Amino acid sequence: MEKVINITVKVWRQKGPKAKGGFEAYKLAGISGDTSFLEMLDILNEKLISEGQEPVVFDNDCREGICGMCSLYINGHPHGPDNLITTCQLHMRHFNDGDTITVEPWRSAAFPVIRDLTVDRQAFDKIIQAGGYVSVNTGGVPDANAIPISKIDADEAMDSASCIGCGACVAACKNGSAMLFVSAKVSQLALLPQGKVEAAARAKAMVLKMDELGFGNCTNTRACELECPKGVSISNIARLNRQFLKAKLSD
Amino acid sequence: MYWLLNSSIGRKLIMSITGVCLVLFLLFHMSMNLVLVFSAEAYDMICEFLGANWYAVVATLGLAGLAVLHIAYGTWLTLQNKQARGADKYASSNKTKTEWAAKNMYVLGLIICLGLVIHLWNFWYKMQFAELLHLPDAVSEGSGLVIALFSCPAYSVIYLAWLAAIWFHLTHGIWSAFQTLGLNGRTWYPRLKIISNIVATIIMIGFAVVPVWFTIIGLFN
Ligand code: HEM
Ligand code: SF4
Ligand code: FES
Repeated sequence: MEKVINITVKVWRQKGPKAKGGFEAYKLAGISGDTSFLEMLDILNEKLISEGQEPVVFDNDCREGICGMCSLYINGHPHGPDNLITTCQLHMRHFNDGDTITVEPWRSAAFPVIRDLTVDRQAFDKIIQAGGYVSVNTGGVPDANAIPISKIDADEAMDSASCIGCGACVAACKNGSAMLFVSAKVSQLALLPQGKVEAAARAKAMVLKMDELGFGNCTNTRACELECPKGVSISNIARLNRQFLKAKLSD
Repeated sequence: MYWLLNSSIGRKLIMSITGVCLVLFLLFHMSMNLVLVFSAEAYDMICEFLGANWYAVVATLGLAGLAVLHIAYGTWLTLQNKQARGADKYASSNKTKTEWAAKNMYVLGLIICLGLVIHLWNFWYKMQFAELLHLPDAVSEGSGLVIALFSCPAYSVIYLAWLAAIWFHLTHGIWSAFQTLGLNGRTWYPRLKIISNIVATIIMIGFAVVPVWFTIIGLFN
């Protein structure tokens, strides 16, 4: 039988970056278990608009787990209680009738709140701009078998490249560290021949930018990999440490 | 060399190197202690050897330097991280299933500091410091001092609690140091976790033997 639940959603409301925020509780009745979490917020917003109130502002775009825009901290977990999914892939069947669900924005000094549940994640873009690309001429598209790449490296690079830049790693980290994100972005390039050329300079530039933007020092708590919707592994962080240390020692 | 101060990975490098050196020191110290269980004379010979001699003093200063660096950097990192986290806390708290020790390294460190103060007062002050300055508190036979102290169960309990804090600190600290140095990966992570637990447990048991042994002997005398 289809699950239908009545819930209370406790949402962080904040008018602007400087405004003082606070929680508002809203009751929603007859929510189907097949409703996605964001659809539930859509239902809430329609209700608020029809009552002449301001709708809740939250980030979202693709709603299929690939863009990394959705970013809600739900009941003590970034992207909610389910594992290896983004907020937009979370369904209401994971909650029970009568539940109070607390919804908060990512909390980190480097991700200031813009409004309600939306935070400014431009810090991630700035880190990418500092070196998360290949700028050497790699020529035209080579034949698939012209540059041999081991299956292990190819798989590892693909896993690193699965990072969607959502920021859940920062949101989960007690140190507000961005190391999982940065290490994934460094690894996806450093593992492949086209990216290897600039690997040392890239690692240094991106870490420098990360530190400058006020992200914390990683103390290996592993909260990031436990909450990452794409299962990005802290082996990336070890690789980044290795590359950074090697680059600095050979300076 | 500024990067050891102003980059996060540089600061962590200092944490990991000083941490690993302290672990090696603990293993050495533990081996020395264990001698006392077998022979008080042999133990007193070691104490004599590591007393007020120039090489022992140099080693002590080096060790103190490592400890000060580790504590200073640990405090600095912790303060920076608090700032990076921001003033706003999550109302629904943080329910990520991380390991307790990993999230409480600084608190564990402070407990270790507290134990260290007691420890230095109990032993080091009388066994090396007082001897260096020719104070009347100087004790020439270390064995008697250790046995007398641990015959009092209250002291033994304090020491065991201290060892528990060190155990927690090291179950996370050892593999974490390898991770920081870049010597980790998918294959080695589970292995390093096991190695950390084993080394931390060896250190805890190795140090616990002396207080437990002399408490038991004290109770039967
Ligand atoms: C028995 C003496 C100690 C030993 C053997 C030891 C060892 C270690 C090791 C191996 C690490 C891991 C380093 C890394 O992750 O790269 C560590 C981390 C840490 N230690 Fe200690 N430690 C000791 C005492 C202390 C004290 C007295 C404090 C401070 C009050 C302290 C504070 C910390 C902190 C905050 C961390 C985590 C920071 C980080 O991971 O970068 N430790 N320790
Ligand atoms: S590493 Fe994971 S949690 Fe962090 S930004 Fe990338 S996808 Fe999101
Ligand atoms: S909205 Fe695109 S990942 Fe959730």
